[in-house]
Amino acid sequence: MHLHKFEKIWLIFGGITLVAFLITLGVNAFSHGHHPPSDLSRVQPAMVDQTAPFDKPGLVKTGENKYDLNMPSFVFGYAPNEIEIPLGAEITFHTTSKDVVHGFAIPGTNVNMMVVPGHVNSATTTFKKPGDYVILCNEYCGAGHHMMMAKIVVK
Amino acid sequence: MQTTAIPKRDANMSLAYLVIAFLAFGIGAIAGLLQGLVRGGVIELPDWLNYYQILTAHGVLMALIFTTFFIIGFLYSGMSKTTGGLSNFSFNAGWIGWAMMFFGTAMATAAILLNDASVLYTFYAPLKATPWFYVGAALLVVGTWVAALGMLVNYAKWRKHNPGKISPLFAFMTVATLVLWLIATSGLAAMVLFQLIPWSFGWVADVNILLSRMLFWFFGHPLVYFWLMPAYIAWYVCIPKIIGGKVFSDSLARLAFILLVLFSIPVGFHHQLMEPGISEKWKFIHVILTLAVVVPSLLTAFSMFAVFETAGRRKGAKSLFGWFTKLPWKDVRFFAPMVGMLMFIPAGLGGIINASNQLNAVVHNTLWVVGHFHLTVATSVVLTFFGISYWLVPALTGRKLTKWVNRLGILQTLIWTVGMSFMSGAMHTVGLQGAPRRTDFTTYLDSVLGLSWMPYYKVMAFGGALLFIGGLLMIGLFLYMLCFAPKGQEEFPIAELGDNHEPTPRILERWRIWIAVSAVLILLAYGYPIYNVIQDPAPGAPPMRTW
Repeated sequence: MHLHKFEKIWLIFGGITLVAFLITLGVNAFSHGHHPPSDLSRVQPAMVDQTAPFDKPGLVKTGENKYDLNMPSFVFGYAPNEIEIPLGAEITFHTTSKDVVHGFAIPGTNVNMMVVPGHVNSATTTFKKPGDYVILCNEYCGAGHHMMMAKIVVK
Repeated sequence: MQTTAIPKRDANMSLAYLVIAFLAFGIGAIAGLLQGLVRGGVIELPDWLNYYQILTAHGVLMALIFTTFFIIGFLYSGMSKTTGGLSNFSFNAGWIGWAMMFFGTAMATAAILLNDASVLYTFYAPLKATPWFYVGAALLVVGTWVAALGMLVNYAKWRKHNPGKISPLFAFMTVATLVLWLIATSGLAAMVLFQLIPWSFGWVADVNILLSRMLFWFFGHPLVYFWLMPAYIAWYVCIPKIIGGKVFSDSLARLAFILLVLFSIPVGFHHQLMEPGISEKWKFIHVILTLAVVVPSLLTAFSMFAVFETAGRRKGAKSLFGWFTKLPWKDVRFFAPMVGMLMFIPAGLGGIINASNQLNAVVHNTLWVVGHFHLTVATSVVLTFFGISYWLVPALTGRKLTKWVNRLGILQTLIWTVGMSFMSGAMHTVGLQGAPRRTDFTTYLDSVLGLSWMPYYKVMAFGGALLFIGGLLMIGLFLYMLCFAPKGQEEFPIAELGDNHEPTPRILERWRIWIAVSAVLILLAYGYPIYNVIQDPAPGAPPMRTW
């Protein structure tokens, strides 16, 4: 098929840019481990309160300056709804839904995940600045969706 | 005696689609205005109306009903125009499809207005609407299939009667759009018919959520190309004629459409990047396939500006960019879609960010995304649809596009663009700060963060109010062109091929090959994940009403 000379240049330039961009994303993902939250573990939605680790919501120390924060999501909140976190610690959030689909986002960090009933989701971040943070639901879940939040105090 | 661009009965059928499109647009615009004002803290809704109800109405009526009715009406008229009129079969299929779509829409809208379906236009399970909402949605989809069948049969008849000839470009592009739609809606239909309807009636206890989400997004991304491709048809085929130019390259145009069909379907996981239950590797495969859509977009950008430059130079433009001033800026048939095209440049860049593996974590489910689709769909596509209306409605009714309609049309385009720039600009900015989409008025218990977002919400409300004024003006102009404009003849612009045009490769019209390639790509991208989610499902979820 005939292509105009300028069109060829344009497509080659565009194609190279695209490939370079994809390589950057790939290196970032598979060499540096910057994956989106993709936890594959599962839990029965009706049994969340009886299933570890969600039977005891809250902060659990897992290593030197490392913590797990287990917070089930439900209409319209998270448990616990206020938590204190040590400054500079690596925190891994684990959540699941007891009912419908929710969001779990902490503005100002890269923690942003979907909470789907039946599945556990996880994301890790380190809070480098002290202060108040908000966990908010960013997927519509019902009449009180805009009230669904939890507070994090980093000290 | 008045004459129309296409046979009178075909014209009336297309008009019936456009009337429903603008009716939905009008109700959707009221819902949009209320939403903007509530979120900006300007007004409060009465007790009998809730925010998520009008949010659902706005999304469904604008994104699904207005677009689908407009597109089918437009495509039918172009099919009739370029293949020499519709056969009886196609004509009847057009009306049957219209009736099914209309009743489906009425059922779903009634459910929303009764507050029995405040589930937003994505209706994610296990939120449970009344079953009649899903039945209405199914009826709407099946109605589009009947309408699509009518057009496909007309195209097949044309090819049978014109052996060895390449089909008209408009008809070819219509078929590509419908092929994409039929493949994409198969996912939606499977979800609604086999999962949500039995579950919402209570015949089965729970639903496989991840499967429903995969099927939804199998449909949800091609859906945006179903909106975009008819706009591309106007850009490739109609606009060159309006500006006194010719189609830049028939083969490139067809190639772009085939690539859109191939690359816009096996990509749904990029909408599910932040989701559990899908492994990183599958997500990355979808990211690669998603970004491949950049290629047909680049083809389109090149073709369009090549058309503009050649047309401008033919009118005597000399300097490097002199052709830009030779374009018919005062003709709304050109001006509205051209503004849409220009807005598509930042819109497309935002899309690349959304689809990127890690960048998505910053913007997922924030107002950024809402800003993004208000630039792509509600600006690029919708301004093109408005631009089409300015010639299509008079052409179908046998009336004139008068001078003052043209002038008001330019004003309408400007109001829409300014309103959208304010609203979408504020949405993009505050979205980057993490402000969520789809929420009623809230300051998150007067948190510093929640309060810091309020000024942006006020700007959004201001933009939304301008958009409402622009929307009212458009509806007024539509009604005028439909019923009151002076009788006369308006052109249905179909551009010719360029002078040094080379024969189009026949392989571009071998649909069996392209549908097979598309099937292979879909199987590669979805085969194993869907098999896996059915073979080894996570615990199911019972239905819930949380509003």
